[in-house]
Amino acid sequence: MSTPDARSSARLSVLKTYKLYVGGKFPRSESGRVYEVTDAKSGQWLANAPLASRKDARDAVVAARKAFGGWSGATAYNRGQILYRIAEMLEGRREQFAAEVAAAEGISKAKAQAQTDAAIDRWVWYAGWSDKVTQVVGGGNPVAGPFFNLSTPEPTGVVAVLAPQRSSLLGLVSVLAPVIVTGNTAVVATSRNAPLPALSLAEVLATSDLPGGVVNVLSGNTAELARPLAAHQDVNAIDLAGAEAELAAELEGAAAENLKRVLRPGDDDWAAEPGLGRLTAFLETKTVWHPIGA
Amino acid sequence: MSTDAAPRDAGRGSLSDVVTSDAALRRFLQGLPGVDAVGLEARAAALGTRSIKTTAKAYAIDLAISMIDLTTLEGADTPGKVRSLCAKGANPDPGDRSAPRVAAICVYPDMARVAKEALAELGAGEINVASVATAFPAGRAAMPVKLADTREAVAAGADEIDMVIDRGAFLAGRYLQVFEEIREVKAACGGAHLKVIFENGELATYDNIRRASWLAMLAGADFIKTSTGKVGVNATPPNTLLMLEAVRDFRAATGRQVGVKPAGGIRTAKDAVKYLVLVNETLGDDWLSPDWFRFGASSLLNDLLMQRQKLSTGRYSGPDYVTVD
Amino acid sequence: MTERAMTEQPSQPSQPSKLFAYAPAPESRAVVDIAPSYGLFVDGEFREAAAGKVFKTLAPASEEVLSEVAYGDADDVDAAVRAARGAFGAWSALPGAERAKYLFRIARIIQERSRELAVLETLDNGKPIRETRDADLPLVAAHFFYYAGWADKLAYAGCGPEPRPLGVAAQVIPWNFPLLMLAWKVAPALATGNTVVLKPAETTPLSALFFADICRQAGLPKGVVNIVTGDGATGAALVAHPDVNKVAFTGSTVVGKEIARTVAGTDKRLTLELGGKGANIVFEDAPLDQAVEGIVGGIFFNQGQVCCAGSRLLVQESVQEEVLDALKRRLSTLRVGDPLDKNTDVGAINSAEQLARITELAEAGEAEGAQRWSPPCELPGEGYWFAPTVFTGVSQAHRIAREEIFGPVLSVLTFRTPDEAVAKANNTPYGLSAGIWTEKGSRILKLADQLRAGVVWANTFNKFDPTSPFGGYKESGYGREGGRHGLEAYLEHA
Repeated sequence: MSTPDARSSARLSVLKTYKLYVGGKFPRSESGRVYEVTDAKSGQWLANAPLASRKDARDAVVAARKAFGGWSGATAYNRGQILYRIAEMLEGRREQFAAEVAAAEGISKAKAQAQTDAAIDRWVWYAGWSDKVTQVVGGGNPVAGPFFNLSTPEPTGVVAVLAPQRSSLLGLVSVLAPVIVTGNTAVVATSRNAPLPALSLAEVLATSDLPGGVVNVLSGNTAELARPLAAHQDVNAIDLAGAEAELAAELEGAAAENLKRVLRPGDDDWAAEPGLGRLTAFLETKTVWHPIGA
Repeated sequence: MSTDAAPRDAGRGSLSDVVTSDAALRRFLQGLPGVDAVGLEARAAALGTRSIKTTAKAYAIDLAISMIDLTTLEGADTPGKVRSLCAKGANPDPGDRSAPRVAAICVYPDMARVAKEALAELGAGEINVASVATAFPAGRAAMPVKLADTREAVAAGADEIDMVIDRGAFLAGRYLQVFEEIREVKAACGGAHLKVIFENGELATYDNIRRASWLAMLAGADFIKTSTGKVGVNATPPNTLLMLEAVRDFRAATGRQVGVKPAGGIRTAKDAVKYLVLVNETLGDDWLSPDWFRFGASSLLNDLLMQRQKLSTGRYSGPDYVTVD
Repeated sequence: MTERAMTEQPSQPSQPSKLFAYAPAPESRAVVDIAPSYGLFVDGEFREAAAGKVFKTLAPASEEVLSEVAYGDADDVDAAVRAARGAFGAWSALPGAERAKYLFRIARIIQERSRELAVLETLDNGKPIRETRDADLPLVAAHFFYYAGWADKLAYAGCGPEPRPLGVAAQVIPWNFPLLMLAWKVAPALATGNTVVLKPAETTPLSALFFADICRQAGLPKGVVNIVTGDGATGAALVAHPDVNKVAFTGSTVVGKEIARTVAGTDKRLTLELGGKGANIVFEDAPLDQAVEGIVGGIFFNQGQVCCAGSRLLVQESVQEEVLDALKRRLSTLRVGDPLDKNTDVGAINSAEQLARITELAEAGEAEGAQRWSPPCELPGEGYWFAPTVFTGVSQAHRIAREEIFGPVLSVLTFRTPDEAVAKANNTPYGLSAGIWTEKGSRILKLADQLRAGVVWANTFNKFDPTSPFGGYKESGYGREGGRHGLEAYLEHA
C-alpha cells in the first residue's frame, strides 16, 4: 500500500477517500467528521476514516429496514449466488485486502494474506448454507392430530453488528456473513481502530449484486454507534462481538427495551470452523399449521 | 310448513336465478363457502362432550322418541312385520303409557297401505306413514318409474316420501338434472311431505353434502336426509351438523324452514342425545320438534326406552324389559 | 306432520334455547383433596418459608379460599437454588435412559391423576373443566412423554455430539395454564439434565405443589425439582440469583423486559414467552362455519387469557356482515358460568386484578368510539366474571387493537386486500400468533410467509402439540418451547 511518504516513487500515488456505505451509496458522515486511522505497527497515517454519528446509524437502520423485504424474500439460491459472488470479487482484490489487513492489524504480509484467504473462504462456506440451513434447523413436526405442521427458520430482521475490534477482515466476515446469508440485513459498526478493510469490503459488496441496504458499514467509535443501535426500536437483534464486557452489558440492557435478540461477545477463534451458532442466533422459527382433510 | 318450491329472493340475492341453467346452478353451488373437514369434525366432537343429565336427559329422551321414523326397510318385510312395528311405534313401552309415540313408521312403498291401516286400527292416526320411493335405495331407475313409485306410495296413504337423489348425476356435475328430478318428485307427492336423501357416504365430501343440501332445498325439499342406511357411512355427527348449518343458512336466505333427518347407525340413547345437542346449539328451539328433526332408526327406540326406565326407576334396565317388534 | 308458521325474520342471532336447557352437570370436587396449607418444595420436602410468611390462594369463580401457601423470599429462593445446585451433579451424570424413565413415570402418573389435577386446576384458575380435562391435562402428559424420549437421544438433537446441560434452571410461569406451562418448562429442562427451581404464579400455585407430590411418587431424586411459591418479588429474586445458569420465563412483555435487563451482562441464558396481539384473518372465501369456530376458540378459549389469542379479528370487508352475524349467533350459545360444570364454555377471570385490567381496556374501547356487544348472559354474583365481548368499528389506532387485553374481548377490524391484511396484522410490536382463513392454498402460503409471527394457524387456531415449537417474534419474546427446538434452550451450544 502506498503511503504519503513514498517519495522514492516516481509518481505520487492517488489516495482513496474512505467513506461509509449506507443504502448502497458511499456517503460521508452526515456529521462531516473524520478520524485518523494509523498503521497498527508503525503508527503511520493511513487515512481519514469517517467518524459516523448516531444520525448515520439511524439512516443506516432505515436503509437496512427498506432492504429487508426484498433480501429476505429473495430465494435462498439467489442469496447463495450473491454471497459466492462476494467471494469472487474479494478474490480479485486479494492483494489489496492483504495489504490493508497487514496495516490495520500490524501483522506480517504472510499472516495478512492467510487472513484474507480465510475471509474469502468464509464467504464461500456461508454461501453454501443459504439453501441448507432451513433443512437442518427446520422440519415437519408429527403432531398428534390431523394437521400438517412445519417449522421453518426465518430471518430476524435488521441486525446491528459490532464487528470484532482486532480481526479487521476475517472477524468481520465471520460475523457479517451468517447474518445476511439467511436474509437478515445488517448495520455494521466496524472495528474502531482498524476500519479500512471493512470500508473497502463495502466496495466489494457494492459490486457483487448485493442489493443496496442489505449491508451498511459505519466506521467510528464503537460505543457511540452501538448505543443508538442497541436502543433503536426498529433493530431486531444485535451482535456484540466487538463490544468489551462493560459496554456489552450496558448494550444488552438497552436492547431489552424492544427485546432484541442479543449475541453476547465470546472468545471466538475466527480461524476455526464457525459452526451454526452465529447463523441460528438471528433466525426465528415459524411454525405453520394446517388441517389435513379432503 | 311451506311447500312453495320457488325460493324467495332474499339474503344471497336472487336465488331463483341460480336454477335457470346448469352453469348457473353449478356456479352457485360451487360458490357456497367451503367446509374444512377437520374443523367441522372437531366442532361435532366438542358438542359430543356435552353432559346431559337428569331433567335435561329426560326431556331429550322423550323428544328423541317422538322424533323417530321407526323404520323397517328389508327385502324380508311382511305385513306382519310392519303391523308389529306399527304397534311398537304406537305404544313403545307397554309398561309405561307415558312414553311418547314415534313420529312416523318408515317402510317400502308396497307396505305403506299396511302401515296406514295398522296405525288407524291402533288409534294412532297421528303417526305418519313415511314411504321410501324413487327406486330406493340406489335410485337407479328411469324417471317415469321413480315418479310412479312415488305416486303409488302416496296413493297407498304415505304422508311422507323419502326419495333418493341420483348420486351418479350429482357426482357427474349434472346438478340441474338432480334439481329437476326433485321438483318432479315433489310435484308427484301432492300433499305428502318430501324428504330428500343424499346418501352422504356416496357423496363422499363435506363440500358435496353442503351443495346437495342447497340443491334439494332450492328444489323444494321439506326435509333433507343423510342416508339410506344401506351403505357403509350413514349419518354421522359432522355430516348432520353440516346439514343443520345448511338449513339454518337457507332459512336466513329465503325465510323457508327445512327439516333434517339423520338416518342409519344411530342406535343408542347417548348417540341420539348428541344429535339433539347439535340441533339445540346450531338451530335452537325452532327445530326442536318432530316437525323439523327426525331420526331414521329402528333399534334406537329400545335403547331410549331402557334409558327412560332407568331414569324413572333408578335401576338399569335390560332387553327383556322392552319389546322386540 | 303439523303445519308451522314460517319464520320471517330469522337472521337475528338466536337466543339461548329455552326448550332444551341443560341441567347442571358439575364435576365432582371429591376427587381432589386440597390441604389447608402448603409449604415450599425444596430439596425433596415441603418446608415452611424461612420468614414464615404465607398467602392465600382463591377460587376465582367463588372467591373461596382454597388453601394457604408459603411465601418464598430471597432466602427461600437461595435455599432452593442450593438444593438444585446440589442435585445437579448426580442428575446430569445420570445416563439419559435413566432420566428418561423418571420422566416417563411422571407422564404416567399425570395421566393416572389427570381427573384430580383437572379439577384442581379448574378450582384454582377458574377455567372450565372441559378445557382442563380435554386440553390442559392431555397436553401436560404428552409433553412429559415427548421430552422423556429425548433424554437419551440428545446427541441427535442438532446441538453437537456431546451436548451438555446448563446447570440450574430458574423458571417462572404464568397463571393462565399453570400446569401446562410447568410441563413446558420442567420436561425439557429435566430431559437435558438440568435441575429446576420453579416459581408458579401467585394466583395459581396449587397444581405446581401437586406436581411436587408427583415427583415424590415418581421417586425423583431430591433437589432436582424445587418449587418456590410467592409473588413477583419471589420471581425477581430467583431470576437475579447469581448461581442460576438459565432463566426461562412465560408472562407479560413488561416483566419479560425487566428480566432481560436483569440478566444483561451475566452468563445466564434466557428464553422468554411473552404477550401477543394475534391477528385472525378471515378472507371472503373462508370456510365460514369453521372460521367462526376458529374465531370463537381463538379469543374465548381460556377466557381469552392466552398469549397467542386471536384478539384482533381482521375480516375482509365483503363478508364482514355475514361473519359478524354468524359470530354473534354463535356467541349467544356460549355457556358462561360454573367452571366445574362440564357444559361450561367460558369460566371465571383468574383474579380481581386481571378483571380490573380487562374492564379498564374495554371501557377505553367504548370511550374511543368502538361499538361494544355481548351476548345476553347472566354472570354469577360472586367471583371474577367478564362476559364475552366483541368490539366492532375498531381501527389500528384504538388501544383495544394495540394492547394485550388478556381477556374475552375481541376487536374486529376490516381489510380489503391480502396486502392490507398483512400490513395490519404485522402492525404491532408483538409477533406470537396469527390465523389465516381461506380456501385458497397459495394465498395461505403467501400470507404464512409474510406474517411476522412464531405460530401461524391456517384454517385452524389455538392448536398445541409437544412436537411443535412455540414462541414469538419481536416483543413476544425469544426462544422456542416444544419440539427439538425446545431442547436448544437447555443445552450448551457446541
